Amino acid sequence: MEDYKFLPDDFELIGDKQNIMIDEVAPSKPQWKDILDRFMENKGAVIGICLIVLITLLAIIVPMVSRWGVNAENTAIANQAPSSVHFFGTDYLGRDLWVRTWQGTRYSLIIAVVAVVIDVLIGITYGMISGYFGGMVDSVLQRIQEIINSIPTLVVLIILLTVMKASLTTVIVALIFTEWIPMSRITRAQVLKVKEDEFVLASRTLGAGNIFILFKEILPNIFGQLIIMSMMTIPNAIFYEAYLAFVGLGLTKPLASLGTLINDGFSLFQVHPHAMVIPAIVMAVLMLSFNLFGDGLRDALDPTMKEM
Amino acid sequence: MHKGDTILEVKDLKQHFRVSRKQTVKAVDGISFEIKAGETYGLVGESGSGKSTTGRSIIRLYQPTQGKIIFEGEDISGKMSNKALKTLRTKMAMIFQDPMACLNPRKKVIDIIAQGLDIHHAYSSIEERNEKVYKMLEMVGLSREHANRYPHQFSGGQRQRIGIARALIMEPDLIIADEAISALDVSIQAQVVNLMKKMQKETGAAYLFIAHDLSMVKYISDRIGVLHLGHMVETGTAEEIFNNPLHPYTKSLLSAIPHPNPKIEKTRKSFTYDYATSGLDYEAGYEHKITDTHSVLATDEEFEQFMANAKKSF
Repeated sequence: MEDYKFLPDDFELIGDKQNIMIDEVAPSKPQWKDILDRFMENKGAVIGICLIVLITLLAIIVPMVSRWGVNAENTAIANQAPSSVHFFGTDYLGRDLWVRTWQGTRYSLIIAVVAVVIDVLIGITYGMISGYFGGMVDSVLQRIQEIINSIPTLVVLIILLTVMKASLTTVIVALIFTEWIPMSRITRAQVLKVKEDEFVLASRTLGAGNIFILFKEILPNIFGQLIIMSMMTIPNAIFYEAYLAFVGLGLTKPLASLGTLINDGFSLFQVHPHAMVIPAIVMAVLMLSFNLFGDGLRDALDPTMKEM
Repeated sequence: MHKGDTILEVKDLKQHFRVSRKQTVKAVDGISFEIKAGETYGLVGESGSGKSTTGRSIIRLYQPTQGKIIFEGEDISGKMSNKALKTLRTKMAMIFQDPMACLNPRKKVIDIIAQGLDIHHAYSSIEERNEKVYKMLEMVGLSREHANRYPHQFSGGQRQRIGIARALIMEPDLIIADEAISALDVSIQAQVVNLMKKMQKETGAAYLFIAHDLSMVKYISDRIGVLHLGHMVETGTAEEIFNNPLHPYTKSLLSAIPHPNPKIEKTRKSFTYDYATSGLDYEAGYEHKITDTHSVLATDEEFEQFMANAKKSF
């Protein structure tokens, strides 16, 4: 290295080739396009959203158009392996698993939607009120929340089962009790962070009321995190419903939920593994897709939150 | 409001914050001053002296502990009547310190500036509202094309001008500038201060100019109040404060200003002032008037001592 000599053509004069008077300015993009671009860069998230759309379409269309009924039993064709007639095979009563699996996915998706609605309606409202008004209101609301949170959902469900029948409604009611708590916590934390910002104070000096400040100033600034959070709770809710159906506390047989299907297949697992493996895979893929999608949304909406 | 009328009167304002059961922070402890229409009142002091708290108490971001604030004849301390509240919110505005934090990042500039109009429904049609915003933008030296952008697309100085436009849109009589220039680059500071001066000439608004940069305060203010530990230790016109400072704290502040002439700057001595060792007692002191406008906080003995010191230096 020491005896290296610079040659005359090592450096090149750029000179006139580049006009330094003209600034290269990145064209301004609307915000939604920025978000979309960032989302599209994330391959996993794109695969996730594609799978969610695909699964949703299958869950809606298949039970509607299939020539096999959801509960049509035919013991003559019991326990068939997947074939071109029965794509996912049949179970121990000869019911077509292709139809039943997608029927079960319907319930999972309903639960997913319900989880989001609960998050938004109860969680966000509760968290915003608690965080924004602070003081006494906050203390009381937080204590109530802690008391509710200290009761496991399973206990709530078992108590509910003494007065209600095991059904999708019961599971939803149980979810309403506890599902919103993580959401309200995140909302409260975010509101606490934003409400002391100078632009909120500025709004107040101009005479803005509480409703104006909450919905026009604070909510748009925390909405990204809230969407992400609610996407992240979906897999939990789906798993919870399937888990309840599996142990016999949620949807009951002969209704086809992913949980009951896995439970049915479980008893014949060593002989006919397809009856359990296929619904389990569908559920796993569905949960994974929501996770990937939520992850991509987080990166797209809020690049600074990546490390959370 | 005519020039010379008293627009804001602060009487014995106290703002205490209870930190815990045992500890109370007396951020502002009994200060009085008044601002006349169209003038600029500079409020200076070290950090923690209660300058910003005073500004925020006056615009009622805080609930004043004690004292009276009278603004355009309405008492705006304590519980306000609807009329007083309306006067306060439309006729008093605030410019904030941090141009990065004081604009909502999710709103377009047009909506940020029009906020006051939106809240008070001060227009009959959307066109009228937008036209007002465009006019305001041009007044602060931005163009109407900027209206549909988001705050993050602007530089610090531009954002501060948007903040000024937001404060001015309701045509207020008093603007509280809470360290409005201290977060800016020195070259931009001059630009923004000149803009504020220009706007004052055009709108006739009075300023309460809170800052710790004395040279800037001297440049913009008609009268100056010096705050220390929540007490107004000295107040007077800009000349009186700068040419004839009486209180040792004021003197120490003035002695800290760098001089542009390097020969003088070399011999400049800044002397330190410490309340604990100075032997002064702010609690016992009261206002001594030297002239109509110039007064200093002191007890009788302290006042004699101040005057003796002042004579010595002449």
